Amino acid sequence: MPSEPHPEINHVLEFPGGYTRSTGPVIGRFLTELRAGRIVGVRTAGRRVLVPPLEYDPATGEPVTDEFVEVGPAGTVREWTWVEEPRKNHPLDRPFAWALIRLDGADTALVHAVDAPVKAMRTGLRVWPRWRHDRVGSITDLECFVPEVTTIVANVRTEYTVTPGAALARYLDALTREVFLAGRCPSCESVYVPYRLSCPQCGSVIEEELEVGPSGTVTTFAINNLPDPRAPQVPFVSAYILLDGADTPIIALLGSVAAGEVTVGMRVRAVFEGGTVKWFAPEREA
Amino acid sequence: MGNRCAVIGVGQTHYTTRRRDVSMAGLVREAALRALEDAGLTFADIDAVVVGKAPDLFEGVMMPEAYLADALGAAGKPMTRVHTAGSVGGSTALVGASLIQGGVHDRVLVVAYEKQSESNATWALTTHLPFTSSLVVGAGGYFAPHIREYMRRSGAPGHIGTLVAVKDRLNALKNPYAHLRIPGIDRAMVESTPMLWEPIRYLETCPSSDGACAIVLSSERAVTGTPAWVHGGAMRSEPIFRAGRDTVSPQAGTDCAADVYRQAGVTDPRRDLDVAEVYVPFSWYEPMWLENLGFCGVNEGWKLTEAGATALDGDIPWNASGGVLSSNPIGASGLIRFAEAALQVRGMAGDHQVEGAGKALGHAYGGGAQFFAMWIVGAEKP
Repeated sequence: MPSEPHPEINHVLEFPGGYTRSTGPVIGRFLTELRAGRIVGVRTAGRRVLVPPLEYDPATGEPVTDEFVEVGPAGTVREWTWVEEPRKNHPLDRPFAWALIRLDGADTALVHAVDAPVKAMRTGLRVWPRWRHDRVGSITDLECFVPEVTTIVANVRTEYTVTPGAALARYLDALTREVFLAGRCPSCESVYVPYRLSCPQCGSVIEEELEVGPSGTVTTFAINNLPDPRAPQVPFVSAYILLDGADTPIIALLGSVAAGEVTVGMRVRAVFEGGTVKWFAPEREA
Repeated sequence: MGNRCAVIGVGQTHYTTRRRDVSMAGLVREAALRALEDAGLTFADIDAVVVGKAPDLFEGVMMPEAYLADALGAAGKPMTRVHTAGSVGGSTALVGASLIQGGVHDRVLVVAYEKQSESNATWALTTHLPFTSSLVVGAGGYFAPHIREYMRRSGAPGHIGTLVAVKDRLNALKNPYAHLRIPGIDRAMVESTPMLWEPIRYLETCPSSDGACAIVLSSERAVTGTPAWVHGGAMRSEPIFRAGRDTVSPQAGTDCAADVYRQAGVTDPRRDLDVAEVYVPFSWYEPMWLENLGFCGVNEGWKLTEAGATALDGDIPWNASGGVLSSNPIGASGLIRFAEAALQVRGMAGDHQVEGAGKALGHAYGGGAQFFAMWIVGAEKP
C-alpha cells in the first residue's frame, strides 16, 4: 500500500536585510548619474563607450579609462523579446518587451524593459526613458523605455441647438399626420418634396402646397453591405423613391423585402412609425 | 481667358495608406518642395499660395489653410483656400491659374492634400443631420444607385466596371507615386472581391490614401523649365435636388466640358485630345464620364472601354497614371488629375507617358456629382 504523499511546503531563503555590495568607482558613477536622471557610459582605451559601464574592457581585459560620457537619453531597439505574462518581480505589471537598447552615443546595448504594444515593437524602434520620480541609484530608477511620441488624439466635438426652418417644420408636422407635404413651383411647375419655399432650379418663390405619395416608384437603389445604425440589418437597400405626384425623388430605406427582390420600377408605400417614416415597403404588403 | 498661364513644376508625395512619419504640414511641404525643385525655384520666387482639401470634418482640422501657411512659405503672401468637395483639387488649380490669367501674380503655388489615415471620410459623409432621414452611407452609398441607373439605361454588360478596375491598376504599376500597385491584377481578382454597395465591388472602388500634390503656375514671362500651357479651364455646379436632374450625366459636367473645349478649340475630344486624366473613383464612372464629356454618344461609353480605347495603348488613354482608382488622397485627387495631364504634355510622365502627348484633359468632380472642374493643357502655346 503506497504511503501518503508528503504535503507541499513553501520555503523562503532570504538573507536578512539584503547583501551589501560595493559598487566600485565605475558602476558607482553610473548609478549616481542615474539617481540624478542621467545615463552615462565609460570610455575604453580603444575609445568605445560601454553602456552600462564595466570596470574592465571585455575586449582586452584592460581597465577602462576614467572618462564618463553622457549618452541618450534616447536609443534604438536592437533586439527584443515579448513577455506576455509578467512575473511579480518584473518592472511592469502588463505585457512588455525586454529589449537590447543602443543608447545614442553608446557602442553597446543596455537591457531594459520597453512599455509599448507588441504591434509597435520592432528592431530600429526609437525609445526614450521613463524615469521614476523618486530615484535611489539603481537600474530601476529607469522605470522602462517608451516609444517616441508620433501621434496624438485630437477630440473634436461640437454641440448646438437647432430648430427646423418654417418650411421644414411644416413638412415634419405633416409627416406626423402621415402626409407628405410638397410644393409646386409657379414658374416651372415642378413639384418638390420635402416642401420648400423656393425652387432650386429657377429660384421662384413656392407658395402652392400639395400632398404627394404616400405611394411611389423606386427609380434606382443601392444594396448596402456596410452596416448603418439607421438600418435594421445588413444588407439593406437605400432607394430613390419618386412619390406619386412629385418631381424629385427622396432617398429612403426599403423594408419588408429581401435586397435581391428589389427592382427598379417597384411600387412602394411609406410605413409610418412614431410620427415619421420608418421605411418604404412593397405596396402589396403595406 | 486672359494672359497665358503655364504649369512649370509638379510635385507629388508617394501615395500610401499611412504617412505616419509626417504631419499634415510636413506632407504638403514635401509636395511643394518637389514642385519647386521641378521648376528650379524656391518659396522666395512664389507670389501667392492656393490650397485645397476636402471638408474640414474629414480630419477634424478646422481652417487648415491657417495652419499650413508657414509650411507652404505663405507668410506675408496672399493665401487662399478652395473648397468644392471632391473636385477641390481641380478647382484649386483653376483658382491659381486665374490669378495668373488675370495678371495679378507671376507665380502661384497650388497645393492640395488629404491625410486619410487621420480622417474618416465615410463617417464625415454620413453624419446624421437633424430633421432629415436621408439614408446615404459614404460616397459609395451615394453613387451606387446612379451607377445602377447607368447600367440599366445603357444596357452595358456587367463586366465593364471590372475592365476599368483592372486597366487603371495595370497603369498604376507604371506609376511610382501610385498607392494601389497590385501585381497580377486581373478580372478574376476584381470579381472575387465582395460587393460593398451593390453594384460596386471592393476592388471597383478607390483606396483611402495619404498624399499631397503641388504645382507651380507661371505667367508667360516668368516661365522656367518645361511648361505645360493652359489652353482652357472651366468650373460648373448645379443643385443636388432639382427636378429633372440627370444624376447619371449631370448638366453641369456637360456644360463644363463644352466650355473648356470651346476655349481650347477642341471639337471632337476623342480625336483632338491625346490623353485624359478623369476623376473615376468608382470604375463605372469611366463609361459614364466618357459620355458626359462627349468622347462618344449616349449609352456608348462602355463600348469604348470594352474595345480598349481608353487603355494606355488605346487611341484615347484615360488615367494613364492609374487614376483615382489607384490613389485617392481625396482633396488632392483632382489636382493629381490636372498635374498628370501637365506631366503628359511636358513629356515627363515616365513609364506611363503617352508618346507624343500634345493635349491633355484634367477633370475633377465632387459633391453629389454637382461640382465640376476641368482644364486642357498643351505642349504648345495656346
